[in-house]
Amino acid sequence: MTDRLRIENVGKRFTLHNQGGVAIPVLRGVSLAVAGGECVALTGPSGAGKSTLMRMIHANYRTDEGSIRLRADGQAPWIELAGADPRAVLAVRRGTLGYVSQFLRVVPRVPAREVVAEPLIALGRPVEAARAAAEAMLARLNLPEALWRLPPATFSGGEQQRVNIARGFIHPYPVLLLDEPTASLDGANRAVVLDLIGEAKARGAAIVGIFHDAQARAAVCDREFEIAPLGAVA
Amino acid sequence: MNIPAAMVEPAGGRDDTYNFAYLDEQTKRMIRRALLKAVAVPGYQVPFAGREMPMPYGWGTGGVQVTAAILKADDVLKVIDQGADDTTNAVSIRKFFRRTAGVATTERTEAANVIQTRHRIPETPLRAGQILVYQVPIPEPLRFLEPRETETRRMHAHADYGLMHVKLYEDIARHGHIATTYAYPVKVAGRYVMDPSPTPKFDNPKMSECPALQLFGAGREKRIYAIPPFTTVESLDFEDHSFTVQRWDRPCALCGARDSFLDEVVTDDRGGRMFVCSDTDYCARRRDAGHGPEEEEA
Amino acid sequence: MSVEATVTPEEAPPVMAGDDTPPILAVEGLAKQYGGRIGCADVGFRLWPGEVLGIVGESGSGKTTVLNCAAGRLAPTAGRVLYSAADGATHDVHAIAETDRRRLMRTDWAFVHQHARDGLRMGVSAGANVGEPLMALGARHYGRIRTAAGDWLTRTEIDADRIDDRPTTFSGGMQQRLQVARALVAEPRLVFMDEPTGGLDVSVQARLLDLLRGLVTELGLAAVIVTHDLAVARLLSHRLLVMRRGRVVETGLTDQVLDDPQHPYTQLLVASVLQP
Repeated sequence: MTDRLRIENVGKRFTLHNQGGVAIPVLRGVSLAVAGGECVALTGPSGAGKSTLMRMIHANYRTDEGSIRLRADGQAPWIELAGADPRAVLAVRRGTLGYVSQFLRVVPRVPAREVVAEPLIALGRPVEAARAAAEAMLARLNLPEALWRLPPATFSGGEQQRVNIARGFIHPYPVLLLDEPTASLDGANRAVVLDLIGEAKARGAAIVGIFHDAQARAAVCDREFEIAPLGAVA
Repeated sequence: MNIPAAMVEPAGGRDDTYNFAYLDEQTKRMIRRALLKAVAVPGYQVPFAGREMPMPYGWGTGGVQVTAAILKADDVLKVIDQGADDTTNAVSIRKFFRRTAGVATTERTEAANVIQTRHRIPETPLRAGQILVYQVPIPEPLRFLEPRETETRRMHAHADYGLMHVKLYEDIARHGHIATTYAYPVKVAGRYVMDPSPTPKFDNPKMSECPALQLFGAGREKRIYAIPPFTTVESLDFEDHSFTVQRWDRPCALCGARDSFLDEVVTDDRGGRMFVCSDTDYCARRRDAGHGPEEEEA
Repeated sequence: MSVEATVTPEEAPPVMAGDDTPPILAVEGLAKQYGGRIGCADVGFRLWPGEVLGIVGESGSGKTTVLNCAAGRLAPTAGRVLYSAADGATHDVHAIAETDRRRLMRTDWAFVHQHARDGLRMGVSAGANVGEPLMALGARHYGRIRTAAGDWLTRTEIDADRIDDRPTTFSGGMQQRLQVARALVAEPRLVFMDEPTGGLDVSVQARLLDLLRGLVTELGLAAVIVTHDLAVARLLSHRLLVMRRGRVVETGLTDQVLDDPQHPYTQLLVASVLQP
C-alpha cells in the first residue's frame, strides 16, 4: 500500500509569553510515513512529545517547522496540514482524518447517541441513518442501551471512552489517530476495540496510535516509532 | 344643488377684532403649505407649527387650525361630534367660526362644503368639492407598540409595517377576531399606514375612493395628513380574518335605517335603551322624508 | 455487524466549500472611532455559509463594535462589509440605501441580543414576537403565522401553551430562547449573536448552547458570535478571532487557538479561564 500520511522533519516549540518568553522545544526533526493498512505505535517516555505529535497531525497544535501531509487514498492529492487554512483543516477532519482522543470533550445535554452520530450528520448522512449506525456501534461496544439517550457527562471513565471510540470509528476515515484507545476498558471491550482497529487496517486506513497497553500494541501495531525527549532550552 | 335656504344659516356677524378665522395670515399660509405637502404624499404625517388655540387640547385644536387655514368667506361650514351637530363640542366650534369668520353654517351634509368632524364620517355620501376635516388625538398608528418617535418615523420611511399586523394578531389571539373597532389602521394609496382618527371602522370603507378631500389635523402632536379625492384606502387585515364593518341586528329606532352607524342610548334608569343613528342629520332627513320605525319592523 | 457496511464509498465526504466559493460575508479594513477613541481598527474576516465565527476578547476589546458594524447596525469610520446574497449579488452593506439594508436585515439576517428585552417586544405575546418577522415579510394568513410561531416555540423548547403569554412572564432562559425563535423563524442565512448566553445561569446556558448548536448545524446557518466565554466559543464556533484593544491579535481554528495559543494576550486569556 502507498503512503497516506507523511510527516517530514517537523519541529514544535511552545513559547510561553507570560512566563518571560521561555521557549520549550518539544519536537525536532521528526519524520514518519505511514502507509494505508498500517498501524504505527508512537513510543517514548512520558513527556517526549507523543501526544504533541498526534495533536499536530490533527492540527490541534500548529506545526511550526516541517510538513504534515495526508491523502484519502493512493490516488488522491496530498493535503498539507502545516499552516493549512482552518476551513481546509475542518474539511480534512470531517472526511479524512479521524481522532480518538484520550478524553471525551463532553458537550452539555447532548445524548451519547447524538455524540456518536454527529460526524456522519456533518458528512450529510440522513439523521435517521446516522442514528442507526451510532446505535449499532454503541451496541457493539456494549454500552447499555439505557445510556444511549443520556448525555455522557455523568458516565464512568470507561463508558465515556467507549462513546469516544464509537465516535472515532463511526466513519471509515482513511487516516486515524488513536490516543490510548484501550485505556480504562475491560477485557471484552478491549477486544472489540482491537477488532475495530483490525477492520480499519483491513480497509486500508493508515493509523497512528499511542498504546501504553503493550498487549494491545503487539496485537494491532505493525511497527513502533520512538520519539526521544529533547532537553529544555531557554 | 337644490338646498332650501332655510337649512343654511347665512353668513354674517363676524367680530372683526379677530383676523379672519382667528389665525393670522402667516400661520394660515404655513398650515396650507403643510396641507399641500400632505395632499402630495397621501397618508404621510406632516409636522406643522401648531398654534395655541382658545380651547383645550383634545377639543379639536388640530381640526380647528386646519379649518381656519382653508376657510373662505363664502364657505358653508358643518361641524359634527360623534355624528351629531348639536353636541357641545360641535356647537362651540361652529360658534367659534361664526364669530371669527362669519361664515354660513349648516347641519345639512350636502349643503356644506367644509365639514369638521370628530369621530364620524357622515352617512350621506360626500361629493367632489367638499372637504372633510378630522380632529385627531393620536396621529401615529404605530404608537401602540413602538413608543419611540424616531423609530416610528423610520418605519414609515421604509414602509416597515410588520408591527401593524402584530397589533391585529394580538387582537385575534386574545379575542378570536380583530377586536379593534375604531381607529382601525388603514394603508393609503398602497404606501403609508395611517390612523383614521378614532372613527368607527364602520366608516373606513367610506374613506376609499371618496370624491371629497379628507384632511386630518392633530393639535397636540402638531401633525397634518390627508387623503386626496379618489384615493384607495385599504383596511389592514389577514387573509383568514378579513376586515368587516359593524352590523346591528335592528334598525334605527327613530328612522328605521339599516345602513347607518347606530348609537346606544339609555332611555331610563330601569335598563331601557334604544339604538339610533349617530348621524343626526341623516336620521332627521329620513324622518322628514316619511321614514319611521314601524315600516322597517313590519 | 460491521459498521463499515453502512457507509458506502459513494457517500464520500462532500468537499467543503473551497476558497473559490464566495464568502457569505467579507469584512475588510473595518475601523470605528468614537471621537478620539478607537472602537476597532484594521479588522477583517470572511465567513462562509455553514460556518460559525467566534469573536472573543475582554469587555472593551471592540468585539461588539465589530459585530454591530458587520451586522449593518453601526456605520464604520472606515472599511467595508460585503454580503453575498443567495442570488449571487454582492451588497456593500454600508454603501447601499438604508431601505435596502433594512430589507436585508429582515430577509437574510438575524440578530440575537445579549439582553432578551432588546430583541423582544415585551408588551405583546410570545406568538406575536415570533410571528412579527413573518408579518414584516408580508405574511398575511393568521393561521399559518400562528402555526409557524407554535412550531418555533417547540423547537426552542418553549411549551406551545405559552404562545399567548407575554415574555415578561418568562424566565431569563426562556426569554432568550424566544429571542432565538424570533430570530430564526424567517429562515435567515446569517445570524449575529452578541453574548447570547451572557447573564444566564450555567445550566440554562448549557441548554441554550445546545439549542443554538443544533439549530446552526441543522439550518446550515452562517453565524458570528461574540462572547467573552471561551467555553462557549469552543462549543459553538469553527474559527476564532481574538480581539484586544480594538484589534485582532490572533485568528484560526477554534481548538488550535485555544489549545495552542500563539499571541501573548491569547495565552493570558486561555490561562485565565477557571477549569471546573
